[in-house]
Amino acid sequence: MPKIVLLWSDVVVLLTAVAIAAYGWRIGRSPTQRATWARVFRDAPALCATVVLLMFFAVALLDSLHFRRALPPAPGVSQQQAYGTHTESVLDLLLARQLAGRETTYSAPLATRALVKDSIEVDGRAERVHPRLQFGGAHLHDDVAERGADIVRRAGAGMLGGLAVAAALAAAVAGAMAWRRGLRLAEAARLLLRNQTELPLRAALLTLLVLALVAGPTLVLAQDYHVFGTDRTGNDVFYQALKSIRTAFVIGTLSTLATLPFAMLFGILAGYLGGWVDEVIQYLYTTLSSVPNVLLIAACVLMMQVFIDKNPELFETGAERADVRLFLLCVILGVTGWATLCRLLRAETMKLRELDYVQAATAFGVGGARIMRRHVLPNVVHLIIITTVLDFSALVLYEAVLSYIGVGVDPAMNSFGGMINLARNEMSRDPLVWWSFAAAFGFMVALVLAANLFADAVRDAFDPRARLFRPRRILPARPQRAAG
Amino acid sequence: MLTYIVRRSLYGLLILIGVNLFTFVLFFTVNTPDDMARLNIGGKRVTQEQIDKWKVERGYDKPLYWNDARSGAARMTDTVFWERSVSLMALDFGRSDSRSATDIGHEIARRMVVSLQLAVPVFVLQVIASVAFALLLVFFKHSRIDFWGVVTCVLMLSISALFYIIVGQFLFSRVFRLVPISGFESGWDAVRFLALPVLLSLLSRLGGEGRLYRAMFLEEVGRDYVRTARAKGLAEPRVLLRHVLPNALIPIITSAGSYLPYVFLGSLVFESFFGIPGLGAYVIDAITGQDFAIVRSMVFVGSVLYIASYIVVDIAYTWVDPRVRLG
Repeated sequence: MPKIVLLWSDVVVLLTAVAIAAYGWRIGRSPTQRATWARVFRDAPALCATVVLLMFFAVALLDSLHFRRALPPAPGVSQQQAYGTHTESVLDLLLARQLAGRETTYSAPLATRALVKDSIEVDGRAERVHPRLQFGGAHLHDDVAERGADIVRRAGAGMLGGLAVAAALAAAVAGAMAWRRGLRLAEAARLLLRNQTELPLRAALLTLLVLALVAGPTLVLAQDYHVFGTDRTGNDVFYQALKSIRTAFVIGTLSTLATLPFAMLFGILAGYLGGWVDEVIQYLYTTLSSVPNVLLIAACVLMMQVFIDKNPELFETGAERADVRLFLLCVILGVTGWATLCRLLRAETMKLRELDYVQAATAFGVGGARIMRRHVLPNVVHLIIITTVLDFSALVLYEAVLSYIGVGVDPAMNSFGGMINLARNEMSRDPLVWWSFAAAFGFMVALVLAANLFADAVRDAFDPRARLFRPRRILPARPQRAAG
Repeated sequence: MLTYIVRRSLYGLLILIGVNLFTFVLFFTVNTPDDMARLNIGGKRVTQEQIDKWKVERGYDKPLYWNDARSGAARMTDTVFWERSVSLMALDFGRSDSRSATDIGHEIARRMVVSLQLAVPVFVLQVIASVAFALLLVFFKHSRIDFWGVVTCVLMLSISALFYIIVGQFLFSRVFRLVPISGFESGWDAVRFLALPVLLSLLSRLGGEGRLYRAMFLEEVGRDYVRTARAKGLAEPRVLLRHVLPNALIPIITSAGSYLPYVFLGSLVFESFFGIPGLGAYVIDAITGQDFAIVRSMVFVGSVLYIASYIVVDIAYTWVDPRVRLG
């Protein structure tokens, strides 16, 4: 039995999944909430973004189930089960090929030969050639002649597979629709195709189709090639990009979660109680926000680094140390970032305090704590949701900058920031190594763009006053058929 | 107005004391000077003698808050807190912790000039470019230009500034060879080195700001006075420039004002990527070199600038909108 390792950030990712599920269940039971969220998902970009985000989250979730392998008992000694020093995740198991297929140096995407020439003995003479890769396309006998055809064949198979998966999903959606509305299957499919559904399901299915068409060939090719090439030390870039998703997710969610306790407690207290409590809390957040963010974070991270260096005995494996660093970084981002939300909540609470139902509750003799919990908190939840989703993408981008400055995640941990940081040198190399950069760019833009689109829809639905005025093309009016 | 400025400055002073206390506690109580010395000297085996020597050299050998060994006022002044922290209030930054032990105040003054050369053009052009872009989208509202303009904005704001820098450097410096990749020279030569960072800095913030300003303008465009202006026959450009723009200036100033401290602090990322020896690069060097004295000084300078910028923004409100009265 492997030993299950629950890292700090794993707990957060798993709890997030549980919390989202629980919140979804609650939405289903409350008609008003359901109506608001339906508004979010009626926005086609938002629904498509949700599909993409769910894909990313699934990867992050798989990467958050950690364990340490059980070691075979050493002969002679031992009653106690020993475990490997290396902490692995379920994603690592799925990507075992990428992890094991380590080359010696750079290689281009789908290459069978290394990027740089090396001296190799051919027929007794030393020649400068691009050496064959150990793993990339190792199954080919004559890599120069067979490579192109092999890649096309595999990509085609992958596309067909992806198409099949997407078609099956579309059929399932149509089937579910037919069953719920009591339609015939063909009728439901027609409604889907004509986009005459309540939610823009056609757009979501198209997104799925695109994802499947990209993911299918990638997964098939990844079996025997380095789809995105390898980096300087020969590690698979595809693997690194997938591993970075979890880091981005943890930073995005955990950091906003860490702001919530401070912001909620202080914001509502300051707004509701007023007086000296308000003064003190205002002073606190003004002080905190008057220090430039990057400097404050850098200062905190430096301190944390000293602490970690000073207490190496607290961490069993390298993964645990890197994880604690990630966790603390998120806490720091949270502790330094609660001022904005706190200010919003304070203002909203001051408004709510004067409303009739709160006055009525006060007149009935309901205590302050109870009013804050039962009457104020539920009415500021929309602000919390908006801020949380808006901050997510900003934090993912911020992580890259922080990692570049050197106060981000542990260098041993895969992250988009780390990938960009390496890419900086690679882009000035000759011959040009562009693939790590492109992979980081592609994954990051997909994640952040999806998060932004989703956040916009959430803001529009929850706070129509603050909407960003989405552009709508005014369609030419349909010619009205003359009556009669 | 004067009373307002005085009152805000006094409150600012109170905040600075808070910042100062906070950073001091953060830097000296979480980790003792011994830890800092060990980190700074580096290496696995650091002897106590080395640590003591390091501390004496930099004046960290005194008690932190209260010196019992002295008498009178020296009990308070002859401490690390007083020397390293209260003196910051008088903008006396002391020397850096690293081996070279340079004078921080002198370094900040020298580098600030460099940072300003990058940041002032960025700041001015940024406001102009974003406002112009947003006005353009508003002018063409409900058309394809508006639609695709906003789509571009969302796409642009989903891209990390680091990508703009790397691609920009690659294209303009390596492929087209228009400008040097990095470095800096003083005088007019600086233009060659600054053109690319200014351009990329503009691009990296255009998406977010353009979209934000567009929303602000649209909010204004819906008001009655705009309808009145149109009703009396004003052309749309004139409506936008003479009526909408001045009335939307307050949120724009707020947004631009939040960037003001960075005008002086320099952009961390841009300066270090382009090898411009400004304050931003100074901070990054200090962070990577784990030079706590510099980081602490820069935190302090940063908060002074923040407080100052808020007061400036408040004063700017009264310029653009006569309805705003400070008091």
